[in-house]
Amino acid sequence: MRLNRRSFAPVLLLLGMGVSSAASAVDITGAGATFPYPVYAKWAEAYKAKTGSGMNYQSIGSGGGIKQIKAKTVDFGASDAPLKLEELEKEGLVQFPAVMGGVVPVVNIAGIKPGGMRLTGKVLADIYLGKIKKWSDPAITEINQGLKLPDADITVVNRSDGSGTTFIFTNYLSKISTEWKDKVGSATSVSWPAPTGAGGKGNEGVASFVQRLKNSIGYVEYAYAKQNKLTFTLLRNREGQFVAPDDKSFQAAAAGADWKNAPGFYEILTDEPGKASWPITGATFILMHKNQANAEKAKEVLKFFDWAYQDGDKLALALDYVPMPDAVVKLVQVEWKNKIKDASGKPVW
Amino acid sequence: MDTVDHALEAPQGASLPPGMLRGIPQTLLKRQQLYDLAFRSVTRMFAFLVLALLLGILISLLIGSWPAIQAFGPGFLASHEWNPVTEKFGALVPIFGTVATSFIALSIGIPVSFGIAVFLTELSPLWMRRPIGTAIELLAAIPSIIYGMWGLFVFAPVFADYVQPWMIDYLGPIWFIGPLFKGAPQGIGMLTAGLILAIMVIPFIASVMRDVFEVVPAMLKESAYAVGATTWEVVWNVVLPYTKIGVVGGILLGLGRALGETMAVTFVIGNAHRLGTSLFAPGNSIASALANEFTEAVGGLYTSALIELGLILFLITFVVLALSKILLYQLAKREGTLT
Repeated sequence: MRLNRRSFAPVLLLLGMGVSSAASAVDITGAGATFPYPVYAKWAEAYKAKTGSGMNYQSIGSGGGIKQIKAKTVDFGASDAPLKLEELEKEGLVQFPAVMGGVVPVVNIAGIKPGGMRLTGKVLADIYLGKIKKWSDPAITEINQGLKLPDADITVVNRSDGSGTTFIFTNYLSKISTEWKDKVGSATSVSWPAPTGAGGKGNEGVASFVQRLKNSIGYVEYAYAKQNKLTFTLLRNREGQFVAPDDKSFQAAAAGADWKNAPGFYEILTDEPGKASWPITGATFILMHKNQANAEKAKEVLKFFDWAYQDGDKLALALDYVPMPDAVVKLVQVEWKNKIKDASGKPVW
Repeated sequence: MDTVDHALEAPQGASLPPGMLRGIPQTLLKRQQLYDLAFRSVTRMFAFLVLALLLGILISLLIGSWPAIQAFGPGFLASHEWNPVTEKFGALVPIFGTVATSFIALSIGIPVSFGIAVFLTELSPLWMRRPIGTAIELLAAIPSIIYGMWGLFVFAPVFADYVQPWMIDYLGPIWFIGPLFKGAPQGIGMLTAGLILAIMVIPFIASVMRDVFEVVPAMLKESAYAVGATTWEVVWNVVLPYTKIGVVGGILLGLGRALGETMAVTFVIGNAHRLGTSLFAPGNSIASALANEFTEAVGGLYTSALIELGLILFLITFVVLALSKILLYQLAKREGTLT
């Protein structure tokens, strides 16, 4: 999930200058997921202005972030897909969610307006499996009575680059459709089963393909769909309600999630309960080592994210990310206290 | 150091009669010899650096791709599967895409470049040569991402709306080549990638061809004209044989760019790991697969398979280069210029 990286070049520049000017403050470094990069950069800028401590984040991709934190070359790693508890234990890592976003299906059908079409998870899975081939398929017309849908072949568009967006999307389809789970599975990039269709690089690639190709469907990150006014669809959630994607329905999904019983915060917010929940929501995660040789640095990382949880909400919302609900933040901070220790075994937080 | 002895000898072709050295102070001579030695060592080091780099790249590619080589063996080259979830990888689709798009690019690029070069050196009025020549060089300087964006946002829509439907209607039913032009007119795909690549390689090939055509001695051409040869006969029988090494070099330069081009291809090829007969279908190339998937490739085998793709691209380029050298060698031998 990458969104307007270009517009953040000035931020990067500021970050770069910050490194040289703040000699006294402790600067922290992180690397990983591209999806949260804009908001991390904004947070870093505001945090620097307030405290003088810099945060240098390199958006090298989730895979790179996981590699870097394992190699201990950064103070924290960032990944769109959470690591499983076993892997966290094996590597001595702690994981917590930082910020959320949603994934929305977008279509290009003549006469359909944003939010004007309804889809269900089952229909979405069958379209991407290549089982539903035409927009006039009874499975689609049944839930869209009164809507004029063309008798045209569906062109399926997916992300060609490995991406957290794809991970969340395929995770949702796996939860809804056992056939999807068996045939395709969920990962940051998968082997797409539909016999036709194209792959776009980045959200902008998918969006331009969907806008270009008539009768196509794709999926993009919410912020991207909103800023570019793409034709998003409504989706039926677990409670049978058709909901529109917005920050409220994403937060409803996060609130409905059972974070308490998710060891290592392994929680993917797809198909969550709650009448208002948007079904394809996901958080992006931070990875840190449990045993910190440099407790001062670790404390600085935690202070940064503590500040982001408290004061970073507005900045996140302005970029169409969804801040973590306060209840979840409390759980995260308990996890910090319990798990992250300095060399002598004392909690860092 | 054993090189000192060699350094003390006068360089080849510059041997002076012994008398000339008399009267030059020994210290100056020593110092100059030292300078020469230093200069030679430094330039040689730079030259060897290239070899070391090449070897280093090859070794690190081999090490990086070793897990994938062990896991898939030679079957990697023949498998069209690419599934990051089950960690089953095969390189057939990207290899096919790379070779096919480069083939399309060259089969359009070579004749057009040849035409440009012939026109500029033989036919165009003098005042036109400079502006057209400069324009071609400017085309070569445009970053590839610009070609990619232009291809996706400008070329692909026009291609899909006006050209592809025509091709499907008129070329589709033709026997044998028909299947190449079937499918939905999406504007993106293998053919589009090949066409964009053609536009990208033309300036390279054309400017090299023009440069080598220009060095053909006027005497040769004028002699041919004098015995009544047409322009075409002069170009085909005099200019081209005289410059063939340079022409092949230019084509190779273009091929090198086409094989390795990443951004422009990624934009328009459609990025689908699928093998199809239609040129309109989305495909994938080695370079674009790497650009798309490397950053988020999680897991050792996935990364390793991608690095193996890189190794294959390296080898393809190497083989193409070697083949062309052999070709030139054979040509030279047949003509008897080589003993």
